[in-house]
Amino acid sequence: MSVAAPPEAQLAATGDVTVLGAARAYLEKVRAGDVGSLPVVFGMVIITIVFTAKVSVFFTAVNFNNLIVQMAPIALIAIGVVFVLLLGEIDLSIGFVSGLGGVAVAWFQDPGTGHHVPGGVAIALAIGLGALIGLFQGSFVALVGVPSFVVTLAGLLAWQGVIIKWIGSQATIGIQDKYVNDMANYFFTRTASWVIAAVISLGFALTTFAGLMARRRAQLPIGNPALSAIRVGFVTAVTFGVTAISNHDRGLSLAGLIVVAMLAFWTFVARRTTFGRHVYAVGGNAEAARRAGISVPFIRIAVFMISGAMAALGGVLFAARLGGVDLSVGGGSTLLDAIAAAVIGGTSLFGGRGRVVAALLGALVIRTIANGLGLIGSSSATEFVITGAILLAAVTLDTISRRRLERSGR
Amino acid sequence: MNETSPTLQLRGVSKAFGSVQALQDVDFEVRDGEVMALVGDNGAGKSTLIKSIAGIHPFDSGEVLFDGKPVQIHGPKDAARLGIEVVYQDLALCDNLDVVQNMYLGREAHDVIFRLKETEMERRTAETLQTLAVTTIRSTRQTVATLSGGQRQSVAVARAVMWNSRVVILDEPTAALGVAQTRQVLDLVKRLGQQGLAVVLISHNLYDVFEVADRITVLRLGRVVGVFETAQTNQQEIVSAITAGKATKISGPGDAGVEA
Repeated sequence: MSVAAPPEAQLAATGDVTVLGAARAYLEKVRAGDVGSLPVVFGMVIITIVFTAKVSVFFTAVNFNNLIVQMAPIALIAIGVVFVLLLGEIDLSIGFVSGLGGVAVAWFQDPGTGHHVPGGVAIALAIGLGALIGLFQGSFVALVGVPSFVVTLAGLLAWQGVIIKWIGSQATIGIQDKYVNDMANYFFTRTASWVIAAVISLGFALTTFAGLMARRRAQLPIGNPALSAIRVGFVTAVTFGVTAISNHDRGLSLAGLIVVAMLAFWTFVARRTTFGRHVYAVGGNAEAARRAGISVPFIRIAVFMISGAMAALGGVLFAARLGGVDLSVGGGSTLLDAIAAAVIGGTSLFGGRGRVVAALLGALVIRTIANGLGLIGSSSATEFVITGAILLAAVTLDTISRRRLERSGR
Repeated sequence: MNETSPTLQLRGVSKAFGSVQALQDVDFEVRDGEVMALVGDNGAGKSTLIKSIAGIHPFDSGEVLFDGKPVQIHGPKDAARLGIEVVYQDLALCDNLDVVQNMYLGREAHDVIFRLKETEMERRTAETLQTLAVTTIRSTRQTVATLSGGQRQSVAVARAVMWNSRVVILDEPTAALGVAQTRQVLDLVKRLGQQGLAVVLISHNLYDVFEVADRITVLRLGRVVGVFETAQTNQQEIVSAITAGKATKISGPGDAGVEA
């Protein structure tokens, strides 16, 4: 082992390692245009305060659990949107692909149609159908070169037609299967909830710690340990806080846990695997990625498959929450909510910048507003206007921060 | 005649884009420890030549020999496997990724479940930058968007030499640089040659070429019009070759003709 530290270790050591120094470095990053999830957290605090002051039922455990279950489908669909946006593409079909996912799971589990499939298999088939649609649409984008906007706009129209045809004259399909309904309606017991919270917190702490140890072993600068500790503390506090509130009501929801599990899994894929790295590379500079030997068509198709699969999974949760599907499934504001969630959460529309957790943050903002306005008794008109304004603000922020980042380069 | 085979040798290669004959019956070679300059006017076929060597768009016809053995280059991976690395004029870096991520772009170190080995990559990046005496980059974890032109060039060159490469092709490495940074890059080019690499330098600037190159190949309108020893020529001769040189090779009885 070499004794001398690498040159940059010494450089990092000269940097400020106090918490104050870290705060200063963070402020500098914000000023340079890298705002991260700061606006969203800020916005959530304001939204919560406003609604709590307006309606007493807003800040209650029951409503808190309802909010999580309402938010879950949008968050899941938005995870797929984050990947698509990372490439600098768009997927307009996700609304009705999620609808198809709901119809598929309802149809497969329906004993009336004479092909009764177990709930778990029905869910898997629905997700598989979503991935297949992604494969189909992604191939047009990646292999033929048709703009994704047009391919998925065609999908938006076509899949809506397929849904109407599939559901047919009965106009609704109810869901009786226990497993499918549990996706949105199961709540863990209080004890189980505490155990889950402990496992999540411990898992996050251990992963962070293992990362620090690996860097230390490799004699690389470990940044600021205090900052890592703060991050671990924050995640632990949020996890136990959420569990405490949920336990006042029915306990942690399975839907919420599915969202957390999917966030963890896709964050791992995006940040820790070669595939995720290549997604960022293609989104940042497709030509550079191609010259580096990355198969750009493969990455594009795979991302559209992720988008389709996550949309279908979100659709399954939607259907489970409503106990069935009708002709309007996947319509309404589903598509725009999901895209707005990814963007409001901090994913750039210009490709190459964004994190998977943006899906959760954005979905929280959008659904909290809808939930709060619903409790106040406002019309959906108000909800549309406010959501639109927030979306515009988010994209404006993204555009400005991109210009600032470009200017601060060099 | 030659005691060893050239590291990379092209025999009678051609390339057309539709009706445009970008390269016609071109012979080219570069040896270990040698800096071979490739010069020519705009549209002479320099970029086409290196892109074909790199596997971006393969030659239509002709032979490619590596260490004297015929090889096929169908894509960037084939070229990389042989040890051919290209530093493009537009650098081909991803602005949104950091230095380490760019150095390993498309060749990330990973384990069986495709998990990235970040620490290993970061370590080797720091080592490579150190051996090339690139000291101006503050942190290997800053994004390339925040680097200056010279720093970007350094990252691109470092990426090219990190892979135990045999042939490094530099496309206009000093085109966008100031005086001091040009100096650094030229020193870097010389150092690559001294380390035993076969270096191909494409440049418009004949001062740069005469300072670092051992030999000069001149392209004109898709054909080779001359190969000169730098020590036995002067700028005037090169300029007249670039602007008015005649092809030195008549297609037919050459060694490439035997194959056809």
